[in-house]
Amino acid sequence: MPDAHFYRYDDYDRTLVGERVEQFRDQVRRRLAGELTEEQFKPLRLHNGLYLQLHAYMLRIAIPYGTLSSRQLRKLADISRKYDRGYGHFTTRQNLQLNWIRLEDAPDALAALAEVDMHALQTSGNCIRNVTADHFAGAAADEIEDPRIWAEIVRQWSTLHPEFTYLPRKFKIAITGSPNDRAAVRVHDIGLRLWRNDEGEVGFEVIVGGGLGRTPMIGKTLRAFLPRNELLAYLEATLRVYNRYGRRDNLYKARIKILVHEVGVERMRADVEAEYAGTRDGLLGLSSETIEAIAHQFAPPDLPSRPAVVGAVEALKLGDRDFALWLKSNVASHRASGYAIVTASLKPAGAPPGDASAVQMEGVADIADTYSQGELRVSHEQNLILPHVAVEDLPAVYAALGRLGFAEANVGKITDIIACPGLDYCALANARSIPVAQRISSHFASLARQHDIGDLKIKISGCINACGHHHVGHIGILGVDRNGVELYQISLGGDVDFGRTALGTIIGPAVTADKVVEAVDAVVATYLDVRNDGERFVDTYRRIGAQPFKERLYETV
Amino acid sequence: MKLFSDAGLPATYVALPFADWRTRSDWPAVALANTDPVEELAAHVDRLRLVVLHFPKFSDGRAYSQARLLRGRLGYRGELRATGGVLQDQVAFMLRCGFDSFESDQAGFGEALARARTVFSVVYQPAEDGRAPVSLLRHERRNAALT
Repeated sequence: MPDAHFYRYDDYDRTLVGERVEQFRDQVRRRLAGELTEEQFKPLRLHNGLYLQLHAYMLRIAIPYGTLSSRQLRKLADISRKYDRGYGHFTTRQNLQLNWIRLEDAPDALAALAEVDMHALQTSGNCIRNVTADHFAGAAADEIEDPRIWAEIVRQWSTLHPEFTYLPRKFKIAITGSPNDRAAVRVHDIGLRLWRNDEGEVGFEVIVGGGLGRTPMIGKTLRAFLPRNELLAYLEATLRVYNRYGRRDNLYKARIKILVHEVGVERMRADVEAEYAGTRDGLLGLSSETIEAIAHQFAPPDLPSRPAVVGAVEALKLGDRDFALWLKSNVASHRASGYAIVTASLKPAGAPPGDASAVQMEGVADIADTYSQGELRVSHEQNLILPHVAVEDLPAVYAALGRLGFAEANVGKITDIIACPGLDYCALANARSIPVAQRISSHFASLARQHDIGDLKIKISGCINACGHHHVGHIGILGVDRNGVELYQISLGGDVDFGRTALGTIIGPAVTADKVVEAVDAVVATYLDVRNDGERFVDTYRRIGAQPFKERLYETV
Repeated sequence: MKLFSDAGLPATYVALPFADWRTRSDWPAVALANTDPVEELAAHVDRLRLVVLHFPKFSDGRAYSQARLLRGRLGYRGELRATGGVLQDQVAFMLRCGFDSFESDQAGFGEALARARTVFSVVYQPAEDGRAPVSLLRHERRNAALT
């Protein structure tokens, strides 16, 4: 098996994660013995990734910046089999959720994770959460710098941070190193965007106060250009301002976006800069040596030279229509000639989005070993990525993924749906999400039709907490409960692309569950009737507005 | 409430509430709410012997920031006491933020406090307890490897 080309734990990292497991083992023991109340225990288990759902505990495992090795994925399969029901659910924040964990088993499951240098630290609770990054990082043709270097630096700094473990509310950080933002940096508590200024220096645009949930907001620029070595000191200043002044009187107004909204971004900036003046010269400044030592571990793999144009691939493209579609939607440009980035779709028609069985996880791990340097990525769109596939190997990878049910040519299309767990699992949900996603994806199963419709993102949440990101779906679907009946609100025009980030607009009264497919169909039919040549759905919507969609939809349902 | 302290001042040492203390800031002990501005103690830190910071609930973390500002920014070296929701599972964080005295009624708190500095033998961040963060240890290790 090839060596991983990303951060490898040293003895310090292993010691800390191991000690954390033992600390939690003791806390679980004290909870079971009645020495800790549930109120006292709750944040402790949340900080270790253990969340109480509708039917059982759920363990949310961090996949920092979405990167993992085949060995780690096999271990996740193993853990899901041993401690759960043999499957897992990849989430919109580059985590893997196991839905049926027993409290008594949780410490052993965490110890098993630690064997492959993984953890579930801070994947829940009012602390700095698992740091996410572009899922094409380290492979994308358009990348300025690998954001995972910085995500790892932030991961370490934020892990068991003594000052920021009891924040007013959860805190999510996302990082992108490409101009094409695949990490949704404008809808995070802090989004970091690496860019190169006119002097040729690379630094961060620091974006603050974005987020979805019940009060969706687009983040604002706190600092247009932050030198890279100042990142941690600046984050510490920002978090300190939030920890001190963020609201704690109302759970629903406690995120940093509300603080920014209430005081205004100018005042927020002044407060952070004043705080920063006091922290910038401390030990948090990053030496170029420290940065280099971490960057070194993310050095790209030494990819052997492979042909960029392969006769057999071209021939298959002509002979197999589905393969040709797959190349268009699931294969992206790699920075190295002769290579490509492949997205394994975890959204086969009619299946719950983002789920993978232990067998499927092991199968993808095998494919990664044979064809992708033993490396994988998890996307916030709930798919798995094979980042370094030779063009020559694409037919073999397509066939192998097909045997697992993960070769659906639908990435970015109408059936590549993001959905939260919804009322099937979640105690917060008002309505089911997964069955709605399944019905839509069955209805639009035809690949030819999907590719004719083109890029169209549907995002479904089962309650206003918006884990399914419905606000930024081209078509957003929100489940609500009206007197015990599950209804679905449809919104149009959301977008997360950088520079075009927008929140969708609700277009009319909510529809019943059995009408959701017809409603989506009416929206799509309207688009197909009026689109210009090559115009994406969301661009048509922007051009003509909600009215034509609305009229057609409410004639239909 | 039982007092656990390395710092030496007795539980009976009187700390004035911040509003009262402001009117007589020569008094060497003050108790702050977690919304009181610690910055106002700046001119008095050399004279102060006790600052009490309050956790209205163990899950309200504002006093962690106050503690770090007092220790790290203002250079306060007297006793720093935590009161309110002070429980054994948070005490390691409190120590890291510069607290050195604790009021707690929780059974087993004293034993947990004795262990709290060693539950984690490595730390990732510089804080107020003088412990070398991993980044510094790695730096030293690299230098040692070079010589």
